[in-house]
Amino acid sequence: MDFSYSQEQKMLRESATRFALKGYGFERYKTTLPLPGHCDPALWSQIAEFGWLGLPLPEDAGGLGGSALDISLICEALGGGMVLEPYVAGAVLPGRLLSFCGADAGRLAGLAEGKAQLAVAWAEPGSAEDPACCATRAQAEGDGYVLSGRKQCVLNAPNAATLIVSARTSGSDSEPGGISLFAVDAGSSGVELKPYPVMGGGYAADIRLDRVRLEATALIGAADAGFAPLEAALDHATVAACAQALGAMNALLERTGNYLKVRKQFGTPIGSFQALQHRLVEMFVEVEQSRSMVVMSSVRVESAEPAVRRRAVSAAKAYLGQSSKFVAQQAVQLHGGIGVTEELDVGHYFRQLSAFGTLYGSREYHLRRFAATPAP
Amino acid sequence: MNLDFSPEDQAFRAEIRAWMRDNVPLQEGPSIGIPSHRETQFAWERKLGAKGWLAYTWTKEYGGPGWTATQRYIFDTERALAGAPSSSPFGLSMLGPVLMHYGNEAQKRRYLPPIARGEEFWCQGYSEPAAGSDLAGLKTRATREADHYLVNGQKIWTTQAHWANFMFCLVRTNPDVPKQQGISFLLIDMSTPGIEIRPITTIDGHHHLNEVFLTNVRVPAENLVGEEGNGWTLAKYLLTHERTSIAGVADSYYQLGRLREAVDADPVLVRDPAVARRLAALEVDLIALEYTNLRTLDRVSKGQPPGSESSGLKIKGTELQQAISEAQMELGGLSALPWLSAGEDVDPAFAGATQRYNFLRASSIYGGTNEIQKNVLAKLLLQL
Repeated sequence: MDFSYSQEQKMLRESATRFALKGYGFERYKTTLPLPGHCDPALWSQIAEFGWLGLPLPEDAGGLGGSALDISLICEALGGGMVLEPYVAGAVLPGRLLSFCGADAGRLAGLAEGKAQLAVAWAEPGSAEDPACCATRAQAEGDGYVLSGRKQCVLNAPNAATLIVSARTSGSDSEPGGISLFAVDAGSSGVELKPYPVMGGGYAADIRLDRVRLEATALIGAADAGFAPLEAALDHATVAACAQALGAMNALLERTGNYLKVRKQFGTPIGSFQALQHRLVEMFVEVEQSRSMVVMSSVRVESAEPAVRRRAVSAAKAYLGQSSKFVAQQAVQLHGGIGVTEELDVGHYFRQLSAFGTLYGSREYHLRRFAATPAP
Repeated sequence: MNLDFSPEDQAFRAEIRAWMRDNVPLQEGPSIGIPSHRETQFAWERKLGAKGWLAYTWTKEYGGPGWTATQRYIFDTERALAGAPSSSPFGLSMLGPVLMHYGNEAQKRRYLPPIARGEEFWCQGYSEPAAGSDLAGLKTRATREADHYLVNGQKIWTTQAHWANFMFCLVRTNPDVPKQQGISFLLIDMSTPGIEIRPITTIDGHHHLNEVFLTNVRVPAENLVGEEGNGWTLAKYLLTHERTSIAGVADSYYQLGRLREAVDADPVLVRDPAVARRLAALEVDLIALEYTNLRTLDRVSKGQPPGSESSGLKIKGTELQQAISEAQMELGGLSALPWLSAGEDVDPAFAGATQRYNFLRASSIYGGTNEIQKNVLAKLLLQL
């Protein structure tokens, strides 16, 4: 057993932290918010130059073959610096998904350089956060497919040239078997995007697929075998999102501790009041417990045993789904009036963490999944 | 980063597990986690002592097995998962380290070996009626007279004083200096004339706690540990020692496992999604605590001091023990209500759940209340 990071990981963390805290921060966040898709193309290229877009991709496809722990270190730094660019939705999730599908190098080309953006369309209205619930259908017609259905809240879809869409090639609407994955050009006829910003930053779209015609080459991996890679990739994205949330929680803890020291009322720093001290300590304890969960799930998500992976990721997301809300709520409360304004970064972290609670599966979803997965 | 135990440590775990399987006294029924029977507890501790595993945190020099921090953690985990009681901490993890660090050679030779063998039992004379969280305000007076101290005063909440051969005791030797500086650390033989023990029955229905009255108790001067007036330093050293088992992770896994078995055997509970959710939420909390504990263990096993993450272990650990016992009591329903004195024939699945719930209310109070833990941590975080 050894919880220490390698020399390379320490350097990775250091450069990510330097970028996120010195090069980004609240000011850059505010200038990025008005940009289309909440993504600054110059910054996305910069992230690509750092090599971070290549981390989720295997080396034989021009990637760096990074571990989940490497990615978590980056995400924690991005979360602390409130970086808006869609690293998890636009790089980690599609990168891992294509890797797990054994996609050929051609399909992955340009991803690591940041030239082509992708989005993964899996959630549907009424799918109850479960990637196995897929009513979108792909009918084989001629030597291709015809896709019809609806997808909900597809993160990063407005920035993506290509959508990776889960669609059923066989089976009933809620079973894991029979799901296939397709690469769909976002501009194809029959694809209708309704884009919107989501709470806390990032752009998503609801998507209507109306008899979208695809060539046979649009199929990614094997037919009917899309669920396993999709579920695994979502687990990796969930861990990355947890690490990002951890960065934001830690930033809120720091800011709140500093505020308690400088804000004076009744002639004394408000940090001298025990009721407030105890809340700060409770925030600290939750951040540490959450850090343990991020480390644990970053390692276990790579387990070859799916039950180990599922339990670890669902435990982490269920835990952080609660602890992140607790930390964010206390941070706002302890900042008082200024905490509920848009003038301070605290309120923006609050919104990001509120959205995190819902994205990649709520606490309720992950508790159900954890309970339904016995330890192997 | 590698979160798995080494093959050597896994072999060690297998050895401990096999021994526990053959030696844990199962005829007593599953452990409800309350040390209530003197003979059961003593027999268990002597059995471990004979094996050389009672003082499992000690080096060989003092009669321990000389295990690494990781081996100690594994041992305590397997002990708990086997349903065996934890050993009394007073001699083993409180006095022992203090004597090793501050005691003289004669004190170490006299007191440490019988603790390691389970032959002499200790209690802790710390709290007083007016000195609880504000422990340094203690008033029990020790006056030096020739070759002994004359001790007068009262201790309270003294766990197992009625079982103990000795008490390590904080006394005031100098009332004229700031309160922390006038305290000394004395070892008192409980059979000395002038000591009176009065039982306090707690809300679990058991007698663990006592008041100890000391009236003109003559304590040999050689029973002073460290320097006169240095007792507060020793007391603080004692409280910071051995953070890696304070969270009670394995004991909580054992109790949660018992609860899960009981739920699985109940045709209604086993189908209730709210119950499944409750068990899942408790287990998720336990996993977070376990990995925080392992982070601390990792540091300690590398010879580093426990990190700031360890400060929350007692708070979270006791909250979780309480939450699990609350679930045992509530899900047990009527089956958890029998108020056991000894060995009644009731549903073993939830046996003792109600008493355990009552017993564990003390866990967030003893060893420094959780509120005091938060005060200490706030001081570190804010440095105001």
